[in-house]
Amino acid sequence: MTRQDAGPRTGPGPALTRPPAGQAKRKSAYPYALYLPAAVVYLVIFLVPTVMAFYFALTRWTLFDSTFVGLDNFRDFLSEQNLRIGFTNTLFYAVVTSGLKVVLGLLLGVLLTSKLRLRGFLRSVVFFPVLVSTVAVGITFSALLRPDTGLVNKALAVVGIDGPDWLGDAGTALLSVALVDVWKGVGIATVIYIAGILSIPRDYYQAVAVDGGGAWHRFRHVTLPLSWPATYSVIILSFIGGLRSFDLIWTMTRGGPGFTSDTIASIIYKQYQAGFFGLSTAGNVLLFVVVTAIVVPLNYFLGKRQVAA
Amino acid sequence: MKTSHRTLGAALAVLTMTALTSCGSGSGSGAEPAADGTVTLKYLVDNGQGAVDTAKAMTEAFMKANPKIKIEMETRPAGSEGDNIVKTRLSTGDMTDVFAYNSGSLLQALNPSQTLVDLAGDPAIQNVQKDFLPVVSQGDHVFGVPSGTALGGGILYNRKVYEKLGLQVPKTWDEFMANNEKIKAAGIAPVISTFKDTWTSQLFVLGDYYNVQAAVPNFAADYTAGKAKFATTPAALAGFQHLADVKAKGYLNEGFGSATADQGMKMLVEGKGAHYPMLSAQVPPLVDTMPQAATDVGFFGVPGTDPAKNGATLWEPGGVYIPKTTKNVDAAKKFLAFVASPAATEAVSKVVQPSGPYRITGAKLPDDAVQVAKDLQAYIDRSATSPALEFLSPVKGPSLEQITVAVGSGLTPAAEGAAQYDKDVEKQAKQLGLAGW
Repeated sequence: MTRQDAGPRTGPGPALTRPPAGQAKRKSAYPYALYLPAAVVYLVIFLVPTVMAFYFALTRWTLFDSTFVGLDNFRDFLSEQNLRIGFTNTLFYAVVTSGLKVVLGLLLGVLLTSKLRLRGFLRSVVFFPVLVSTVAVGITFSALLRPDTGLVNKALAVVGIDGPDWLGDAGTALLSVALVDVWKGVGIATVIYIAGILSIPRDYYQAVAVDGGGAWHRFRHVTLPLSWPATYSVIILSFIGGLRSFDLIWTMTRGGPGFTSDTIASIIYKQYQAGFFGLSTAGNVLLFVVVTAIVVPLNYFLGKRQVAA
Repeated sequence: MKTSHRTLGAALAVLTMTALTSCGSGSGSGAEPAADGTVTLKYLVDNGQGAVDTAKAMTEAFMKANPKIKIEMETRPAGSEGDNIVKTRLSTGDMTDVFAYNSGSLLQALNPSQTLVDLAGDPAIQNVQKDFLPVVSQGDHVFGVPSGTALGGGILYNRKVYEKLGLQVPKTWDEFMANNEKIKAAGIAPVISTFKDTWTSQLFVLGDYYNVQAAVPNFAADYTAGKAKFATTPAALAGFQHLADVKAKGYLNEGFGSATADQGMKMLVEGKGAHYPMLSAQVPPLVDTMPQAATDVGFFGVPGTDPAKNGATLWEPGGVYIPKTTKNVDAAKKFLAFVASPAATEAVSKVVQPSGPYRITGAKLPDDAVQVAKDLQAYIDRSATSPALEFLSPVKGPSLEQITVAVGSGLTPAAEGAAQYDKDVEKQAKQLGLAGW
C-alpha cells in the first residue's frame, strides 16, 4: 500500500504524464471540421440554455417577459419554509439509495459471477427493473403499498403483522420511495460489479487457493479490494442520481404527506407549477452548485483512494 | 438592460420555435380548414369523470348542429399538475384551439390579457349571467364562458347513516363534532379524508369562507391588499383548526394518507364513511354506476359558530377559453357561443346531473336533480351563500394543498399551518406584483 504522490488529481485513471520538453504536441487524429456538428448541437441544446438559465435566475420571469430583480430569487428560494426538510431529505435519500445499491449490488455481483446454473436467467431478472419506466414503477408500487388493498400489507397480514400506510404516513413515506428506487436501480449497480469482478485477474484467486484460503478470504482480500473501481462508479452514479431524485418521489408521494418527503427537485418543480419561473430557475442553479460542490470532492477522494489501492 | 431582455427573449423564442417545429408535436392547435371546408378544433379538458362527460355531451350536441366543425377532445390531469400543463402549453404556443380551465384566481395566473382571446362585447357571451363575468375577466376584458354548473364546497354526508343513527344536519361546528362522536361509536368513519389527491384536503379551509366573511365582512379586500392574514384572523384560522381537530379526535378513515378522491366518494356512497369535505360536483358522475348516490348523498355548508348565520360557500363553474395562438378563432367562438347556450346545458344535464345552478340565462335545473343540488339550491334560495375566496381575490397560495395535508395529518399545528400559508400567499402576491406587499 504505497501512496504515490501524483500532484493534484481530478479523477480516476492514470496520472497524466507530462511530455518531455522539445517533443512536438501530438496532432489530433481528425480535422476540427469533423467535430463541428457535435459542437453545434452541444452549444444549442446544452450550453446556450445553461447560460440563459443563469440569467433568468436573476429575473422575475413569466415566460413572456422578464424583469431583472437581482438576487431576490435566491433570497426567496433560501427562505422557502420547507427548504430545510427538502435538503435533509435529498441527502438522506442519496445516502440511503447509493449505500444500499453498493451493498446489494456487490452481493448480487458476487452471486451472479459464481458458478450458478441459473446465472444467465438471474442476471436478466436483476436487470429487468432498470428497463421499466420509472413512472410505471412508481404507479405500480403505489398500488402495491396501499394500506388496505395493497399486496405488501396483505402479505404482512398473513404473517400477522399489521403493516403501516407506507406512503401516507410521514414516518415511512420517504423510506418506502427510497427502497423502491433501490429495487429499480440495483440492476445497474450489479452489472457494473459483474464487469468489475470479471476483470479481476484469475491469478489472485489461484493464489488464495494455494494459500488454503476459503470463500470468505477470496471475497475479503481479493474481490472486495480489487472491485474498488466498480464501487467508485456505483457510488458516484447513484449519488448524483439520488441528489437529483424526482420522478419516483413525484409519482409516489408528490412530496407528501404535507412536505415530509419533499426533495430539492420537487420543491423546484412545485415553484415551477405555481408559475414562479424565475424562482424555480434560481433553485435549479443552486441545485447545480450544490451537486457540484458535493460530487467534485467526492470524486477527488474516491479517485485518490483508487490510486492507493 | 431592456434590450438584452429582448434579445434573450427573442433567442428563447427562436429556440422554442426550433424545438417545437423539429419535434413536430401533433397536439397543438388544429390545422387549417380542410379542402371541403370542415374545420377541426382540439378541445383540452381535465380528466375527471364529470369534466369528460360534460365535454363529450357538449361537443356531440355541437357537432350535430354544426356538421362543418369537428371537435377532438384531449384530456389532461386535474389539480396543480394540470395547471402546469396548461401554463406550459400556453407559453410555448402549443395550446389546443379551445380549452376548459378554472375561473377565478387560477385564471389570473395564466396571464389572460396576453395569452387568451378577448370576448368582451362578443355575441358568444350574450347568454352568460352578468354575475359570472368577473371571475373570467381581467380589467375590462372577458375571456371565457361558463362550462358546467356552480357548485357547493362543504360537507357531503350520507343521509342513510344520518337516518339510521337519528342525526340532524349540524348548524354549528360543535353539533358537527357531536355527530362525529356518535358516528364513530357506530363503527363508521366520521370524516373521510383522501390526502393522496392533495387538492381534496383544502375543503375545510376553503369551504369555511362563508363563515369567515360572515364574521369579517371585508376580509377578501384586506387580504388582497396584504392587510388581513389567516393566522391573525380568528375566523380564518378556524378552518385550519377544524382540520386539526377532526384528526386529533381520531375521526378520519383508516389509510387517509394514501386514499384517493374516487375511493373517498365510494366510501361515502356505500356508507362506510359519513362525512366527506368535498365539492358537490363529485356526486353526479357517480350516479351511473351507483344510482343511490343521487338520493343518499346530501350537502351542508361547513358549519360555523352561530346557528343563526348558517350558510354555504359556492364555487363558480370553470370556463372555456380560446388561446390567441389558435388558427380557427371563428369556429372556436362558435363553439363557445354554443357552450353558453341553454341548448348546451340541456345536452349536458342528460348525461351529467347538475350539482348546482347553471350560470346561463334561460337554463333550468331538471326536476329530478340530485339531492346535493337540491340542498345547495335551498341555501341559494335563503341567500345564505358566498363565493369562495378564490373568486373574490386573485391571490391563492400555491402550497395550500400541501399545508392542509400536513395540518390534517397532524404533522403541523393549525396555527403554524396558517402562518405558513400566509407566507405562501405573500410569495404569490409578490410574484403577481400586487400593491401593498
